[in-house]
Amino acid sequence: MSEIRSELKYLPSHEWARVEEDGTVTIGITDHAQDSLGDVVYVETPEVGATVSAGEEAGVVESVKAASDIYSPISGEVIAVNEALEDEPEQVNSSPFDDGWFFKVKPTDLAELEDALDADGYKAAIEAED
Amino acid sequence: MGLKTPLYSSHIDAGGKMVDFGGWDMPINYGSQIEEHHQVRQGAGMFDVSHMTVVDVTGSDARAYLRKLLANDVAKLDDKPGKALYSGMLNQAGGVIDDLIVYNRAQGYRVVVNCATRDKDLEWMNQQAAGFDAVVREQPELAMIAVQGPQALDKCKQALTPAQATAVEGLKVFTGTPVEDWFIGRTGYTGEDGVEIMLPGDQAPALWQALLDAGVSPCGLGARDTLRLEAGMNLYGHEMDESVLPLAANMGWTIAWEPAEREFIGRPALEQARETGTEKLVGLVLKERGVLRAGQTVIIPGSEQTGIITSGTFSPTLGYSIAMARVPAAADTQALVEVRKKQLPVSIVKPNFVRHGQSLV
Repeated sequence: MSEIRSELKYLPSHEWARVEEDGTVTIGITDHAQDSLGDVVYVETPEVGATVSAGEEAGVVESVKAASDIYSPISGEVIAVNEALEDEPEQVNSSPFDDGWFFKVKPTDLAELEDALDADGYKAAIEAED
Repeated sequence: MGLKTPLYSSHIDAGGKMVDFGGWDMPINYGSQIEEHHQVRQGAGMFDVSHMTVVDVTGSDARAYLRKLLANDVAKLDDKPGKALYSGMLNQAGGVIDDLIVYNRAQGYRVVVNCATRDKDLEWMNQQAAGFDAVVREQPELAMIAVQGPQALDKCKQALTPAQATAVEGLKVFTGTPVEDWFIGRTGYTGEDGVEIMLPGDQAPALWQALLDAGVSPCGLGARDTLRLEAGMNLYGHEMDESVLPLAANMGWTIAWEPAEREFIGRPALEQARETGTEKLVGLVLKERGVLRAGQTVIIPGSEQTGIITSGTFSPTLGYSIAMARVPAAADTQALVEVRKKQLPVSIVKPNFVRHGQSLV
């Protein structure tokens, strides 16, 4: 069984969002997603300064097996990307919720996350998938 | 619920992630596909390939039958006990029904075909046997374990009885030998040295455990695919199928044109295609970020015709993406591939990227 963290918000497309103390939002893909994808070999994140929109494509993750689009759970300006993934994409597999984060957003409206799933909702979503 | 090989429990015990493969429950990996890949290139890994279909062909006409059935010529195996031959089995139009390996055994021939094509292969083989004194018999009770890698033979010998180890010791490349009710072939699908062991299914879990104890890593179908692709080996349903001629699948070398009077199935169609020309199977290398995938379009500069990627992956050994593609004969050294709305430049190379751990690119 893959890990699901109670403090995070989720999209059914397997991204997670974490609201930091400073009000920024960190985004990555879930443990379930990395497990389904298998060994991650490339991550394409948006550039710092770019604008992302809730529910829209914001990057790509490629594993040995498949390519998968990344959707942003929230709208806003990208203020940081995880450059470590360029050399060590395997961090997405080993630490999907911590070292394997993708990018950080300064949100335009935090309330958008109310539309995202909570841990129970996401758990139900992946159980329905299997 | 899929079919299970005799090693199903061994896979679960080893943490295998099971997926459906041609109706069989098979391990895709046991954790990391890339780690398993490296084990085979640098040490020794093993694969359960019991899902593959083993067919024995016996009878006084077995040789004559296979000389008609196969594009390669089993006469090359005459007086070479244990010798193996790779061949396509073609339809009348020259398309590939399946690719296979045939071993010359004292009792007749042993043919190993793919699992996904089992039903149509057996039907075709039986149909074509009409008029020959040849018996086509599947051997479903056999399991098969492939042990591959630079340390495969050494580690394998530790897991075997002295008699079996001696047999492995004396095995030449692409040759097999019986040892009691086992058949051990120095063959594989990875581009590394190693053996494939066919044995009664009830003995397979003990051999698997002995190999584990000898330090051989279990490897899943994921690593098997990246290894064979780096080695430039075809996968049925990708590089070829019934609509593709072996000439367009880098299998020209498996067609035995001589002797000219041998009327193998598909020969007239191939002779005609050899005159008019066909597409060709090439290798592609993408050095920038991105992964080539099966189904992507290959654009050939200066040509109206496009090609298609038949298999593509990230190469764990090389650290960038490689692919095999069927392209127009005019393709030279450069092409573009449509990857996720972008056109990326690729180099065209021979479809052979890694052999014995070394890059050929």
